[in-house]
Amino acid sequence: MHLVLRKLPWLIGTLLAVSFFTFLLVSLLPGDPAVMILGAGGVSPEAVAALRAELGLDRPLLVRYFDWLGSALTGDFGRSPMTGQSVMDAILSRLPVTIQLGVMAIIIALLLAVPLAMLSAYHAGSRLDRVISGLGFALMSIPSFMMAIFLILILAVSMNLFPATGWVPFSVSPTANLRSAALPALSLAMIELALYMRLLRTDLISTLQQDYITLARAKGVPNWQIMLRHALRPSSFSLMTVVGLQLGGVISGAIIIEEIFALPGVGRLLYQSILQRDLLMVQGIVLFIATAYVVVNFLVDLSYSLLDPRVRHAD
Amino acid sequence: MPIESGNRRRTPAEPLPVRRKTSYGSAGRASRALSFSVAVRQVFGSGFGTGFWLAAGWLLLVAACALFATVLPVRDPLDPVIVNRLNAPFTSNWLGADGLGRDMLSRLVHGARVSVVISLTAVSIGMLIGGSLGILAGYFRGRFERALMAVLDVILAFPWLVLLLALVAFIGQSLMAISLAIGLLWIPAYARVARANTLSVVQREYVLAARAMGASTLRILLREVLPNVILPVLAYGLVAMGLVVIVESALAFLGLSVEAPQPTWGGMIAEGKRHLAIAPHVALVPSITMFLTVLSLNYVGDRLRSRFEVKESNL
Repeated sequence: MHLVLRKLPWLIGTLLAVSFFTFLLVSLLPGDPAVMILGAGGVSPEAVAALRAELGLDRPLLVRYFDWLGSALTGDFGRSPMTGQSVMDAILSRLPVTIQLGVMAIIIALLLAVPLAMLSAYHAGSRLDRVISGLGFALMSIPSFMMAIFLILILAVSMNLFPATGWVPFSVSPTANLRSAALPALSLAMIELALYMRLLRTDLISTLQQDYITLARAKGVPNWQIMLRHALRPSSFSLMTVVGLQLGGVISGAIIIEEIFALPGVGRLLYQSILQRDLLMVQGIVLFIATAYVVVNFLVDLSYSLLDPRVRHAD
Repeated sequence: MPIESGNRRRTPAEPLPVRRKTSYGSAGRASRALSFSVAVRQVFGSGFGTGFWLAAGWLLLVAACALFATVLPVRDPLDPVIVNRLNAPFTSNWLGADGLGRDMLSRLVHGARVSVVISLTAVSIGMLIGGSLGILAGYFRGRFERALMAVLDVILAFPWLVLLLALVAFIGQSLMAISLAIGLLWIPAYARVARANTLSVVQREYVLAARAMGASTLRILLREVLPNVILPVLAYGLVAMGLVVIVESALAFLGLSVEAPQPTWGGMIAEGKRHLAIAPHVALVPSITMFLTVLSLNYVGDRLRSRFEVKESNL
C-alpha cells in the first residue's frame, strides 16, 4: 500500500502529460474539421465560422483542452461529427476484438517462447540452442504484416485451414470465432515470441550459474524441477516486465493486422478515423490506448515489487 | 543462410592484438600489406564467419541498387505492360510482373532507394538529436535530466505506430517528411543509450583530470565525453536501421509512406496481397527481399555491436 501511494503522483503526472500531448498532437493536425464536415467546395465562410463556433473550435487551445479533459474524465470523449456516434461507445464496442486478439497473441507467444527458451538455455551452446536462437533471430526480422501474408498463403490459401479475412463474434459461434482469430493472433505472436525467447534465454543462462542452482543439483533435485522451480521463477519477473512494455508493440501490430484481416477492432477504427480526419475520434482512441498502456505498465511494475521478495525487502 | 548464435567474445586469457609500430620506408609493399591486415584485424578482429560477409555483401548490393537505380539496365518501374500482367518469375520478366504488368525487379531496385534513404536519414536524425540530448542529460544531470526523461517517458507511452500515423498526418508524405517523422520516433531510444554511456564515462579519471586542468565544459564534452560515447551509439545504428526499414514498410503497407507512383517495398507487398490466391510471387518477391535486408542489418549490427562492446570494456 505504501508503495502504491508513493508511485501514484508519478502515474497521475504521466497521464496528465499524455493527455495534453494527445490533445496537442491532434489539434495541430492540418485540415479544418469544420471544412471537412461541410465538404471542401462551395461553402460560405459564414457557414464554416458558424460550425466552428458550434464545435467550440474558436476558443483558445488551453480552454479547449481542459474542457475536453473534464468530460474525458467522466468517460465522455464527445461525439464523432462524421458519424454522430459517441466516441466512447465506438471504442467500447470494438474493444473486445482487440483485447481478444492481443491476449491470444501474448498467450501463444508465451506458450511457445517459454519451453523453447528453457530448452535453449539448458543446452546452451549446443547445436539445438543455435538452431532455436537462429530461428528467433530470423523471426525478429519479419514484420507482423509480412508474417500475416505468409500465414494467409500457407494456412488459408493452400491448405484452407482458416478463413483469410473476416470476424465471427464469440457470441455467435465460439469455434468459428477462434478460427477467425487464429491467423491474426498467430501473425502478431511471432515477433513477440522471438523477443520473449531471446530475453528469457539470456536471463535463464545467467540464473543457471547461480550458487543455489549448484546447491539444488548437489541435493539431487531432478533437472526438470530445477528448471521450473529454481530457474524459471526468478527469470519470469523480467519476462513479465517485457510483456508489459511490449504491449505498445502489440497495439501497433494490431492496427495493421486488423486492417489486413478486416477485423472490427480499435486499431482499424483508429486507422480509418485518421484517413477520414475524424479528429475527436482519433483523440479519444489515442488517449484511451496510451492510458491503458501506462496503467498496465504501472500495475506490472507494482506486482513486480509485490511478488518478488528481493525487490520487496530492498525497499 | 547460416546463422551463428552466441557472441564470440575474447576470453580474458586470449591476448588482445597489439598495435605494432611498422615502418613504411624500405621494407616496401610486403610490410604495408602486413600492416594493413593487422589494422583490419584490429578493427574487426579475426573470424567474422561466412554469414557475416554474406550479410554485408547483400547490404552492399542493396545500397548499390539504390544508388545506381536510374543507370542500371532494368526496365521502367512505372511502365505497365498489360500482356505481362501477373507473369511468374523467369518468364517474361526475371522476377515476374505485378498486377499492372510492371517489372518487379526494377520496382525492387527503385524501391530500395526509399528504404535506404529513409533508414539513413531517420537514424541520423535520431542519433544527432537524441544522442546530443542524452549526452547533455548525462553530463549536467539535475533538473534538466529529470525533465528530459519525463518527456521521453511520455513519448514512449504512445504505441509507435499511433504516434507515427499522427506525425505523418501532420508533416506530410514526402520522402523527407517520412524520414523526419521516423527519425523523431528514434530520439527517446538514442537519448537513453547516450545518457547511460555518458553517465559511466563522466566518472572516469580522465574527465576529472581534464576538469582539474581547467578545461572548459565544451571541451570536456567534445574531446573527452563524445569520443567515448559515440562508438556504442554508432554500433546501435545498424540494428536501428533494420527497425526503420520495418517501420517504413509498415507505413507503406498502409498506403501512408511516400506516395505512388514511387515504388516502395511495403507498397509492393500491399499490392501483392490482392493477388495472393492466383499470383503469390507478387507479394513474396518483395517480402523475401525485405526480410533478407532486415536480417542482414540485424546480423551485421549485432556482430559489430558485440565487437565494439568488447573494445569499450577494454578501454
